[in-house]
Amino acid sequence: MEEKLLEIKNLRVRFVTERATADALNGVNLTIRKGESLGLVGESGAGKTTTALASLKLLPRGGQMLDGEIYFKGKDVMRMSKRELLDMRGHRISMIFQNPLTSLNPVFTVGEQIGMVLRQHKGLNKKQADEEAMRLLETVGIAGYRLNDYPNQFSGGMRQRVGIAAGIACNPELLIADEPTTALDVTIQAQILELMKRLQKEYSTSLLMITHNLGIISELCEKVAVMYAGRIIEYGTVREVFSDPRHPYTRGLLGALPKLEGDRDRLTAIPGTVANAQHLPEGCRFHPRCEHCTEECKKQQPEMVQVKEEHFVECFRGGKFDG
Amino acid sequence: MAEKMENKSRKPLLEVRHLKKYFTIPRKGQLHAVDDVSFQVYPGETLGLVGESGCGKSTVGNVIMKLHKRTEGEMYLEGRDVFASDADKDAFCRKVQIIFLDPYSSLNPRKTIKDILSEPLLVQKIVKKGPELDKFLEELCETVGLSQDLLNHYPHELDGGMRQVVGIARALSLNPSFIVCDEPVSALDVSVQAKIINLLMDLQKERNLSYLFISHDLSVVRHISNRIAVMYLGQIVEMADTDMIFQNAMHPYTIALMSAVPKVSVDKKVNRIVLAGDVPSPMNPKPGCRFAPRCWMACPECSNKTPELTEMEPGHFVSCMYARESRERAKTAATVSVEKMMESQ
Repeated sequence: MEEKLLEIKNLRVRFVTERATADALNGVNLTIRKGESLGLVGESGAGKTTTALASLKLLPRGGQMLDGEIYFKGKDVMRMSKRELLDMRGHRISMIFQNPLTSLNPVFTVGEQIGMVLRQHKGLNKKQADEEAMRLLETVGIAGYRLNDYPNQFSGGMRQRVGIAAGIACNPELLIADEPTTALDVTIQAQILELMKRLQKEYSTSLLMITHNLGIISELCEKVAVMYAGRIIEYGTVREVFSDPRHPYTRGLLGALPKLEGDRDRLTAIPGTVANAQHLPEGCRFHPRCEHCTEECKKQQPEMVQVKEEHFVECFRGGKFDG
Repeated sequence: MAEKMENKSRKPLLEVRHLKKYFTIPRKGQLHAVDDVSFQVYPGETLGLVGESGCGKSTVGNVIMKLHKRTEGEMYLEGRDVFASDADKDAFCRKVQIIFLDPYSSLNPRKTIKDILSEPLLVQKIVKKGPELDKFLEELCETVGLSQDLLNHYPHELDGGMRQVVGIARALSLNPSFIVCDEPVSALDVSVQAKIINLLMDLQKERNLSYLFISHDLSVVRHISNRIAVMYLGQIVEMADTDMIFQNAMHPYTIALMSAVPKVSVDKKVNRIVLAGDVPSPMNPKPGCRFAPRCWMACPECSNKTPELTEMEPGHFVSCMYARESRERAKTAATVSVEKMMESQ
């Protein structure tokens, strides 16, 4: 439980194009321990996906890592050889992507695509890989005989299940799921969530769940990290953070969410718009939208402070807003 | 209760009767996008229309807006037949407006915000170009909280939330009494979404607007609607007051849909009913209940007999033959096993 699987320290990533420079990550600190499931939540542009890609050393072109360290099981990812990287990606850490239509290759059958992972990382031959792929398909609820079908013959939900099958093929130590259900309907999303819950129990894989849906986090994760403008502004157990949010942004997010039960009170919208990564404000990046903003907030970046045993918040006031 | 009775005695603003919209697909047959849908919307009321993608909810909105020709059915606005040959088309446009899902593609990128907002006013000859128009736009901007500096900008210079505000302003400019909101907040982030929902609700109070609010998000629909209609494969399967449907859903699809939404709660564990398979194609549907192939309480009878939308309690319509037992059975209904999922393929 205590072993650190993935450790990210002070990660800063900047995207440079001809037209603009965007600071996507501005000092992200994150640790995932063995067997832990962590939810990374934030609005679009907060840097959730960039964090995941950077930790696999898969930043797209134009992405520069300015500063920071990433360790996977104590090993520096930035100093890994090509071989070590290949072994890490897909084998020790695997990723499920948002859009199952674009993450699967349309000219290969699903059996070949799952088999590819197995042959690359486990050294299985064609026949063994097919057998194993069939077993994996059945684990995720797809009949084994569909092994030789192409992605276009499956529905959206089933494609995502194929993606999950390929993701768990090598029994990875860490599974990164990047908005795996955002493109799917509610009832199909429920299928995928139940499947992931079951796999969590069976495989005891660590999970990094990236989503903007707070409900999914509350169902699948133990810990949650809330991101805003390239920084983690609140971190803790899901129970702590959702029942007693301390950062004004987290409070705003929870208040802005229409509820399925209880009174239908007026929603509390967060004033202003999401910070633009091209022109980030000085000091605390949330200060232009924060109703508790002080002079200090405008000038200085607050540090992460511990408010409870397993609850941290990056705010000068430490989540105390009375009076 | 008194309020509901009053509702009954009031005249509906918009009434849709047995609306059908079939698309003919060459060599494949008929796609039954909307198949016999009837509902009423009363003045000042929001009717929420929920369902998964492909269930026909947007098509209903488009047919109401006359963006699609109906296949069959009738529609009455303030008691007058909208499809009648002598109907006043301009008057219809003034009274019924639409807000679209995608604020990126629903605004013409080559026009400034001012052009976009003034076009309906000039077409309908409500104001003349010049100071009169400027004053009108000024008031319009104030109503929706749009900064006037933005009038001379182009849509791409605005963020998603602001663009949707422009969409709302455009819909409001003709002072309509009925607005079709087709997933107006689905493309927006949570914090912005809240702002738009609040704006829509404030405007409704101020101007006694009626909304047909189309969305796939149950929690948003619950928040904004007075009544909710749940659609599945082109048909309304359940319709009732918001509180009634959330406390006492009777159709097995509604029950499953509600249990499927992941909730932000720390303690409660719900018995989730996971539906097997996907939404089937609305192409040449078979007789019988459309939901039967995925239903967790289907009987052989269900695939033969087509259930009717029946009033189970005052104001609560359900189209299921076993609606009375569904809640009892939902308590013990198991989540679908992997084997069952595979069978359904």
